[in-house]
Amino acid sequence: MAPHTEQLTRPTAVRLRGLTRSFEGRTVLDGLDLDIPAGQFVALLGHSGSGKSTLLRAVAGLDHEVAGSGRLTAPERVSVVFQDSRLLPWRRVLDNVLLGTGGEERGRAALAEVGLAGRERAWPGELSGGEAQRAALARSLVREPELLLADEPFGALDALTRIKMHALLRELWERHRPSVLLVTHDVDEAIVLADRVLVLDAGRVGLDLAIDRPHPRSYRDPLLSEYRERLLAALGVTEVH
Amino acid sequence: MSAVSTTTVSADAVAVEDTVHRVRRRRRLSPGRRLPAARLIGPALFIGLWAIASAAGQLDPGAIPAPWTVARTAGRLWTDGTLPTDVLTSLERAAYGFAIGLTAGVLLALASGLSRVGEALIDGTVQLNRAIPTLGLIPLFILWLGIGETFKVAIIAIVVYIPIYLNTHAALSGIDSRYVELAEVQGLSRIQFVRQIVIPGALPGFFVGLRLGVTGSWLGLVVLEQINATSGLGYMMFQATNYGQSDVILVGLLIYGVFGLISDSAVRLIERRVLSWRRTLSN
Repeated sequence: MAPHTEQLTRPTAVRLRGLTRSFEGRTVLDGLDLDIPAGQFVALLGHSGSGKSTLLRAVAGLDHEVAGSGRLTAPERVSVVFQDSRLLPWRRVLDNVLLGTGGEERGRAALAEVGLAGRERAWPGELSGGEAQRAALARSLVREPELLLADEPFGALDALTRIKMHALLRELWERHRPSVLLVTHDVDEAIVLADRVLVLDAGRVGLDLAIDRPHPRSYRDPLLSEYRERLLAALGVTEVH
Repeated sequence: MSAVSTTTVSADAVAVEDTVHRVRRRRRLSPGRRLPAARLIGPALFIGLWAIASAAGQLDPGAIPAPWTVARTAGRLWTDGTLPTDVLTSLERAAYGFAIGLTAGVLLALASGLSRVGEALIDGTVQLNRAIPTLGLIPLFILWLGIGETFKVAIIAIVVYIPIYLNTHAALSGIDSRYVELAEVQGLSRIQFVRQIVIPGALPGFFVGLRLGVTGSWLGLVVLEQINATSGLGYMMFQATNYGQSDVILVGLLIYGVFGLISDSAVRLIERRVLSWRRTLSN
């Protein structure tokens, strides 16, 4: 494992020890250990079915009827962003952002932060896919999370919108500094956004890679291709040159 | 969108247009823009034909009286005071039955949609009740409740509560599990979850049931008043049969029709207001 010097000085936000989860006898997470220091931006890669979402749902406390064991500690304030925006169609955008909390002013501020000022009274059905996902980000921000869990949040967006959303997410992270666990299947997304990329393999962390490159990062940065190759190798994919 | 009709344009004009811009619009397959007051055109045409046929002497006035005869009879019955009494009696029955049925349907649907115990107790029972034709209960209800108002209101209430229960319950238990997950993530309490997610999410289903229930209340009323009444619109029509007054029967039918139309429109209006978020989707 790559040493993280900051890990020694910063408190741990998420601590997993021997986390095991299985579905109908099939072990998806197999004694997984993981520490995420407070304020770290972590991306989690893996094949579909490798347990990325299972891990995220376990940390979010959403795996009600899943068999498993292990110790898990996570902060008090956790927000989740899903692949779909999951806005309630019968509440206006501002009311969606404030779901479960109060404070209209904070809601407006969060919407302004994601570039949706002026759309407070719109119905979710009137938003584009990108706007809806911005609103979902605002909803997760308004709670001032210590940990932000994102389950392929940009998977359903078109390529241009996705690039804009990457910049927005990074910008929001720099301002609020929550710990982030971003589940994705997109290697480039992981490299451009995260400071540390994990690859799940056979229910454990197969590769733990720190990405020490300054932000904002370009997709065409040649130095990043080295990371890309290591990650793809860990995922069992070999690029043809 | 402007309606382009290529069929009526003369051959010359087409040729000129084609040289200017060669893109020809595709034939439109959707029915196009709605006609103004579209829902009134059919009935107006029908009444017009009826009036013409009566004026031309093509209809037997004993079987189908002319529209103006029906209007005159309605006026006469209204001024001598029997029609207002009958209408009020009928409205009262329908309103009581509907109110009780609505309340029962909603309460039972909430109890059975929101708790597993409630579901176990209620859902099967209502499904059983549904399988029995409600109008088949009339003889039994007369024995239990007598032939007065109570049994009529009870029958109407049963006709109304079943569709309201079924649709509301289906909507309540069909809440998208993704929204349940969202509520858990956002830390909603159980009461907040029910008030902010379950009930608003179930409203479209409730309104489907409500419209069926309103129609059902009139249907139940007509049947009850035709066979077991001493007052009301149905009684008026039943009496008219004995004296061969087809104009009075038509007056009764007309009033039933107007009631049905008004109540359905009222429910639709409320639905549009309450579910205004849906309109933005259909536009």
